Amino acid sequence: MAHPPSSTSDQTCGHCQQGDEENDSSRRDFLTLAAGAMAGVGTIVTAYPLIQSMNPAADVLAMATTEVDLSAVKEGQSLTVVWRGKPVFIRNRTQAEIDEARAVPMNDLKDPQTDQARVANSKFGGKDLPEWLVMVGVCTHLGCVPLGQKPTDPHGEFDGWFCPCHGSQYDSSGRIRKGPAPKNLEIPPYQFTDATHIKIG
Amino acid sequence: MAQGERVNFKNPVICWIDERLPLFSMMHKEYAAFPTPKNFNYLWNFGALSLFMLVTMIVTGVFLAMYYTPSTDHAFNSVERIMRDVNWGWLIRYIHMNGASMFFIVVYVHIFRGMYYGSYKYPRELLWILGVIILLLMMATAFMGYVLPWGQMSFWGATVITNLFSAIPLVGNKIVTWLWGGFSVDNPTLNRFYALHYLLPFVIFGVSFLHVAALHISGSNNPLGIDVKSPKDTVPFHPYYTAKDCFGLTIFLIFFAVIIFFLPNYLGDPDNYIPANPMVTPTHIVPEWYFLPFYAILRSFTIDIHIPFTHVVLISSKLGGVILMFGAVLLMFFLPWLDRSPVRSAVFRPLYRKFFWIFVATSITLGWVGSRPPEGLPVIIGQIATAYYFVHFLIILPMLPKYEKTLPLPNSISEAVLKGR
Ligand code: HEM
Ligand code: FES
Repeated sequence: MAHPPSSTSDQTCGHCQQGDEENDSSRRDFLTLAAGAMAGVGTIVTAYPLIQSMNPAADVLAMATTEVDLSAVKEGQSLTVVWRGKPVFIRNRTQAEIDEARAVPMNDLKDPQTDQARVANSKFGGKDLPEWLVMVGVCTHLGCVPLGQKPTDPHGEFDGWFCPCHGSQYDSSGRIRKGPAPKNLEIPPYQFTDATHIKIG
Repeated sequence: MAQGERVNFKNPVICWIDERLPLFSMMHKEYAAFPTPKNFNYLWNFGALSLFMLVTMIVTGVFLAMYYTPSTDHAFNSVERIMRDVNWGWLIRYIHMNGASMFFIVVYVHIFRGMYYGSYKYPRELLWILGVIILLLMMATAFMGYVLPWGQMSFWGATVITNLFSAIPLVGNKIVTWLWGGFSVDNPTLNRFYALHYLLPFVIFGVSFLHVAALHISGSNNPLGIDVKSPKDTVPFHPYYTAKDCFGLTIFLIFFAVIIFFLPNYLGDPDNYIPANPMVTPTHIVPEWYFLPFYAILRSFTIDIHIPFTHVVLISSKLGGVILMFGAVLLMFFLPWLDRSPVRSAVFRPLYRKFFWIFVATSITLGWVGSRPPEGLPVIIGQIATAYYFVHFLIILPMLPKYEKTLPLPNSISEAVLKGR
């Protein structure tokens, strides 16, 4: 290179280099940032299918409906069926149980909901069937199966269901009345396919 | 490692390898010549015992994995087959099953040892934090392992614990469905728990390596809690502590063997020999003993906290319990900053020593409460003990240095040892 070995040119050169370095470093900063951002996006894009793979698979979702024949369930009797691996409580309620549930003032409820709303899907051919209460039989506290399906089971203080795990009590509409559970027993999606059959899910 | 000094090994093969990859020199430096305080008591055996248990679990686990079938239809039967038909299967399983309990006994003693002698203080904060991470990973591993035999307690324990996450506002239910891979604890759940149960012990192994690496930077604490000041305060790890660890291990193995051969099901729940039934909840769900104190804390929160004068629930009892339970473990991360006393060892902290034992008693009480059905007196005792647990960490420890008159520290370990301390 034809650089005269003078001190001035050295200085200029040094200056020049410094300038270059500044340029370089801001360019380098940009490259680092861009590469970092790309790596970040790449990580998210890669992680997404992995995490998503843990959600219910197509076959699990496909098993999501259950058909039930209710003709054998007499008034005052209950039936437990399996839907999505969980118990579903179906109860043919007595008039007394319905009346009791409907007489409760909303203020007494931890998770206020009318009995009418809870059996809104129990209808066929324009006729309401409020005796049929259909609920997921899983305590909304930590997931135990409450007792109360058999006549010999404890029913709690509210003529409904009693969870043995931590003592939650549900009334004859499956609403939480006492104990640690925060919510009423869940109502699954269901519909009557004829007067004695329902499809859950 | 290149900068480390190399040892001259007489064996030509070892010497040849060491020249190219100085593993043997490193082992010599870290585990043979390693200068170690000369005044360890037997509580310093429990770190080595923990490592021994981790290796035991991995070895027995790999063999169990050869005969175990992770499917809801076969899991229970495959474990029964291990017990009855696989050659020595009963032994491998009993070692693994009780090994989990032994691992927790050893690690809990190891942790309380650290608390008593202030081993979490400067310069060992990160060492302590790595230890708490190991504890969390162990809890996750043991929880998922317990699900594998697919008995009633496996199923219902998994149901109750995964349901804890539904307490998280808004996204809780989505998270639970994601954890399950379905709408209840079922085959997808069992499969992923198996995969993770196989993986996590190796993660624990990695974190343990960092834990020990950090230990070898700061050096070990000791019962006096004072720093090593001169070579007179130490002895080489080998043969002094290798011998002591072997002796401790022998005693421990006798205890372990008695459990395996004479009381193999003493620590377990008989309900787990009933195949899982999603339709019937056992009357009394209890986790394994090592989770009982945390389970008691979970259940101690029995009221909903409302926004004043409204019915709007701010923190449900469910969410509150979950927060307390995770908080109880997470608090341990902050221990080095909650206890600011400059004196490490409880030997020289008369007040702390008392509170330490009250804390131990509280933890045991919580364990007892966790094993009881949640009604009557145990509930109230559990609430008092839970409150005290948090008071200990958040109020007593930070306040103590203000009121405590610590005893004079010895000048050096060797001086104290010569005086017979
Ligand atoms: C941190 C280390 C580990 C802990 C704390 C642990 C804990 C447990 C527990 C509590 C059980 C239930 C035992 C029972 O009641 O039957 C279990 C089962 C099992 N573990 Fe582990 N484990 C560990 C490491 C491993 C490893 C590394 C593997 C595989 C490579 C493994 C494979 C298995 C298998 C296949 C079962 C089911 C068989 C059975 O239940 O006996 N474990 N584990
Ligand atoms: S799971 Fe029902 S009360 Fe806790």
